[in-house]
Amino acid sequence: MPSHPKLANEFVKDKERAKWHDQSLWFVRSKRDKAVHQLPEWELLREQASKIKSYVVSHLPDLLEEFEKNAKAKGVHVHWARDAKEHNEIVHSILKQHQVKRVVKSKSMLTEECHLNPYLERHGIEIVDTDLGEWIVQLQDKPPSHIVMPAIHIKKEEIGELFHEKLGTEKGASDPQYLTESARQRLRQKFIEADAGITGVNFAIADTGGFVVCTNEGNADLGTSLNKLHIACMGIEKLIPRASDLSVFLRLLARSATGQPITTYSSHFHGPAPDSELHIVLLDNGRSEIADSDEFRRSLNCIRCGACMNTCPVYRRSGGYSYSNTVPGPIGSILGAAHDTKANSSLPFACSLCASCTDVCPVKIDLHHQLLTWRKEIRLKGLLPLSKRLSMKMMSWMMQAPRLYQFVGKMARKIVPYLPRFLVYNPFNAWGKQRELPDMPKQSFREWMKQNHDRK
Amino acid sequence: MTASREAILNKLRKQSIPETELPDLQQPELTQQWITYPDPRQQFSDLLASIKGLCLQVKNVEEVNQRLAELPVYQKSNNICSLIPDCGQPTVNVDDVTDPHDFKDIDFAILPGEFCVAENGATWITNDGGPLRTLYFLSQHVALLVPASEVVPHMHAAYEKLHFENRSFGTFMAGPSKTADIEQSLVIGAHGARSLTVFLVEEPF
Ligand code: SF4
Repeated sequence: MPSHPKLANEFVKDKERAKWHDQSLWFVRSKRDKAVHQLPEWELLREQASKIKSYVVSHLPDLLEEFEKNAKAKGVHVHWARDAKEHNEIVHSILKQHQVKRVVKSKSMLTEECHLNPYLERHGIEIVDTDLGEWIVQLQDKPPSHIVMPAIHIKKEEIGELFHEKLGTEKGASDPQYLTESARQRLRQKFIEADAGITGVNFAIADTGGFVVCTNEGNADLGTSLNKLHIACMGIEKLIPRASDLSVFLRLLARSATGQPITTYSSHFHGPAPDSELHIVLLDNGRSEIADSDEFRRSLNCIRCGACMNTCPVYRRSGGYSYSNTVPGPIGSILGAAHDTKANSSLPFACSLCASCTDVCPVKIDLHHQLLTWRKEIRLKGLLPLSKRLSMKMMSWMMQAPRLYQFVGKMARKIVPYLPRFLVYNPFNAWGKQRELPDMPKQSFREWMKQNHDRK
Repeated sequence: MTASREAILNKLRKQSIPETELPDLQQPELTQQWITYPDPRQQFSDLLASIKGLCLQVKNVEEVNQRLAELPVYQKSNNICSLIPDCGQPTVNVDDVTDPHDFKDIDFAILPGEFCVAENGATWITNDGGPLRTLYFLSQHVALLVPASEVVPHMHAAYEKLHFENRSFGTFMAGPSKTADIEQSLVIGAHGARSLTVFLVEEPF
């Protein structure tokens, strides 16, 4: 897989776009801050959420069985899948049984993780993503670049062009109101025609056997109420013990995600509608391995709000695609490394260790610590890229020889300001890419100390 | 498929994960710190306005009817249905509808809501998931009638009221359907209702 720096390089080449992307996400981050400041008990809520989720991970098998028992008692069909392949086969077999030709899906990162769409399409089933952002990237034949705002990286003019081509909207039209209205009309048709609805799951409740799906558009509700088959796909970590725990999570989720006090629709499903079927697929796909690791267990607390990527200076400037992982940003780097360390070995390095992600995470995952731990692990596994290994070796050699360090510093301060650009900004200087180096100071810190303090 | 169930559960059972405690959300040290509002109805009303919904505090169904008649979207609606006796001027009878697709041309639906939450502007609605459930999402415009006494301050109080034994479906509706997926510009009316009006009604209805 291409490394993060390589893919990020593509993105930052377009300076304007990188800046615009950065600002769009910062706007969302600011909205989050405003919403959070309206609740004096915010930190208390985070603490409860973190405790509840840690409890879940330490009692997962019991809670899963409790959930299954209660869901079955309400007439829900419960399925278990070890990996993505099995997940897709289960979904397909249910659809086949009902002779389903057309499916509407509401946003679910889990089905993205499993590549469900191409799988079903190969089997002759039409599957339409109905979340507007997700539908836009589906029309482009691309994955989402953000877990909450799938099309955050695309400009309205490009969407206008795409809609013109695919839906026949007016050429050159780029007004979000107009484009959304066209999408509404077209997708209504899809909702009406569909034979089945697939949704993700935000929270599944062990003590009631029900689950909750949150959307702003109402697409999960339209997609599941107009037909007689609803399939919900969830990762096994999405469980919570009690319905009352939702009070904590629903207060945290939307505020962290977009700065809204709550999503427009927070729908609770407890059993199928009359004459209908409700299926739920529980997927492991590597989650049980993460649960078993003392270092990374807490990453399973994640409620997929996206706050960590909105605030991440690296994500904001490099775009979601540079992570080439279903979940990008800080949490995606941790989950990606856990899932396939070799393929994703550059992700934990796409981090400045500023810890902003840890500050905003509503379930108190120590994201930047985990990223640092991953770096160590990757070094131990011998998966560091050569350039990093070499420069780290040289650094450590120099740090161990104070005189050498002083000498190199002195020379650099004298020489660098007079060097021609091509010598400073060359392929060996990764820091100098897309940014100017700061001016060299006239004196070292050691010299400054000597002058200003030793004399006393 | 049961093989996978056993495999997953066995794998998880083999792990020795340090046990942690589940917090008691009812303990006073917590509950005393949840936010409260001097006037929860006003807070609900303000919050709903901030998420582009409309809250109207009225005395009775009669007043609801007056206020409805003043709403431009109601005036323009042709296909109207109502689940509240004597409320609105329904043109479509929903009693004998068995296929939710028959609701696809509903312009305005007047529906019951159970209670409202002041901290976030949400209204809880619930039903058994029959065709009528679709009305909340498929109708172009929605009005909810909620007893004025049923406004709770926050989500913790909301879940104290909720039980999931009988009704298969329920949702918190907070304002009209919306999206900001195109360049973060807020657009109202994505897939669900283009407008949401909540009537807090003083007298029983
Ligand atoms: S890690 Fe935390 S901040 Fe990031 S998406 Fe998950 S819950 Fe949100």
